[in-house]
Amino acid sequence: MPMLEATGVSKAFGGLKAVSNVDIHVNEGEILGLIGPNGAGKTTLFNLLSGAYQMDSGTVTFNGTRISGMKPNQICRLGIGRSFQTAKNFAGMPVWQNVLMGALFGKKGQTAAQASKIVDEVLEFVGLAELRNKMVPDIPLAYQKRLEAARALATRPKLLLLDEVMAGLNPSEVSEAMELVTKIRQSGITIIMIEHVMKAIMNICDRIVVLHHGAKIAEGTPQEIAANKAVIEVYLGEC
Amino acid sequence: MNFVKSRGLTLKKAVSPAAAVLALIVVGLIPSFNPGPVPAYLTITSVTILFYIVMSVSWSIFSGPTGYVSLAAAAFYGVGIYMSVIFGGSLPLPVLMLLGGVASFVLAALIGAITLRLRGVYFTIFTFGLVQLLISLVLWYEVKINNVVVRTIPSVGYNTVFYALFVLMVLVILAAIFIKRSRFGMALTGIGECEDAAAHIGVNTTVVKVIAFAVTAFAMGAAGAARATTMISVKPEIAFNVLESFLPVLMVIFGGTGSLLGPVVGAVIFSVLKEQLITKWPKWYMIIFGTVMILAILLLPKGIVGAVKEVPGIAKKLLLLLMTLIFAAVGYVFNSILAASGVAVSGLVFALLFGIIGFIISVHLLKHLMKKAWKGAKIDANA
Repeated sequence: MPMLEATGVSKAFGGLKAVSNVDIHVNEGEILGLIGPNGAGKTTLFNLLSGAYQMDSGTVTFNGTRISGMKPNQICRLGIGRSFQTAKNFAGMPVWQNVLMGALFGKKGQTAAQASKIVDEVLEFVGLAELRNKMVPDIPLAYQKRLEAARALATRPKLLLLDEVMAGLNPSEVSEAMELVTKIRQSGITIIMIEHVMKAIMNICDRIVVLHHGAKIAEGTPQEIAANKAVIEVYLGEC
Repeated sequence: MNFVKSRGLTLKKAVSPAAAVLALIVVGLIPSFNPGPVPAYLTITSVTILFYIVMSVSWSIFSGPTGYVSLAAAAFYGVGIYMSVIFGGSLPLPVLMLLGGVASFVLAALIGAITLRLRGVYFTIFTFGLVQLLISLVLWYEVKINNVVVRTIPSVGYNTVFYALFVLMVLVILAAIFIKRSRFGMALTGIGECEDAAAHIGVNTTVVKVIAFAVTAFAMGAAGAARATTMISVKPEIAFNVLESFLPVLMVIFGGTGSLLGPVVGAVIFSVLKEQLITKWPKWYMIIFGTVMILAILLLPKGIVGAVKEVPGIAKKLLLLLMTLIFAAVGYVFNSILAASGVAVSGLVFALLFGIIGFIISVHLLKHLMKKAWKGAKIDANA
């Protein structure tokens, strides 16, 4: 049984069908890539999975529990963490406190001692230990995105939704981010990632789902997707 | 830099609780200066000050960290007043305050559950509308059903009200400290910093917001019930006076957001200024009040406490205090000169106004002078 299974998920904003009748699933231990041109509905799908938006129709189950209709905090506590496309950090707090927030609220009944232990572990894990006392606006974008992942990891998720963690990064930063994503998977966390950086998608994803105009147009291994006619047409136009 | 910071912290840790307790003891002794049957002017003014400290600290507990600007203070205050209107005379003051608090708590929880989905200015507009709604509702009830609009409340004596509000103030300040240091306070700050992020790391944002809103409404309702017993008569427009919604906001802005001391300082200075202007200079009250507020917002964006905090070092802080006091003294003398020509207003009013303006001038003067020093220090650090 897949870890997360979404069936027939739809969401419309007025007349615009942002996501229409999409089925996706992710198996435990997998990295699933979610790609598609701008406006394809990738982030909207993330918002539906994480509970930020309520879907018009469809169901989502996570480890057998129906999560569609739940609020973001409930979904988080069940074990789904996420990052945002535009880094949404607590700008008035230092780096360590951002992670502490995740550790404190991510699971019920977390003591302060446990939480601060998680903070140390996570900061070490993502490589932000040296910047722990810096304020968020004072650290580079690449690290702000990393901090988002760190905050989500501090909630001890089983599934992590990463929304364009590599956008705006230079090539060496992209390599570092790829290493981090692989490392997160190795630690036993399943990942769904939205990404435009093809090098990353093709190298680290086990499976890829392609969205276009809110609908799923292809699904398969990176090799299959790279050879898929519909996908090439969407990205390069008809030829 | 770190050294200076840590030294400042340990000093503060030792000094400020002691100073706070000392200040509380002194304030608590105020009514005993005048044990006679007629309440002293000092006691009456202190009741007003304590009331506004409760209002502005309560307001800042919720609106400070979350950034949800509430204009519902008058609604909760008015509900408290009407609890005293209904039950005054038959029940003792602490019970009246408890009733006022509970009624406001329930109202705030209901309103919060419906409206705290609204963000930003929409929430503010709704809370403003709530006050208007309550005025109309209560007025309708009084006219159509009760047939009495102007009501009276039996007095319980100023000293009793003083101590009741004093205890309430201590409780509210303790609550503010406790909340700020608690997990709940961190959740509130998280909501203010980025509500989406807070929700996605497991904070039940709706519940946190509603609880904070309702708890602070409890204090406002209790304060209203206590203050009601000092009023000669009450009608809906007075009980739900919109000004009472704005004053806590202005006091917090004036004193400084982000710290506990800010709302307290703002409430003390503003309520004395308001009281003095209304009694001594009623014709000019509003225009002066407004001018001071505009100057404060433009020139002291972080409020009085925020401005003092930016001044580095104890020595320069004392210098700032001294300069302010000199300005205040000039104001007092200025009034005496006016008195010689027979147009005096009030020494205290002029001392306050000159003091506030003097403080603003001194802060900017010191900032300007020290900026050069700071720039020099930065170049050194880079080299």
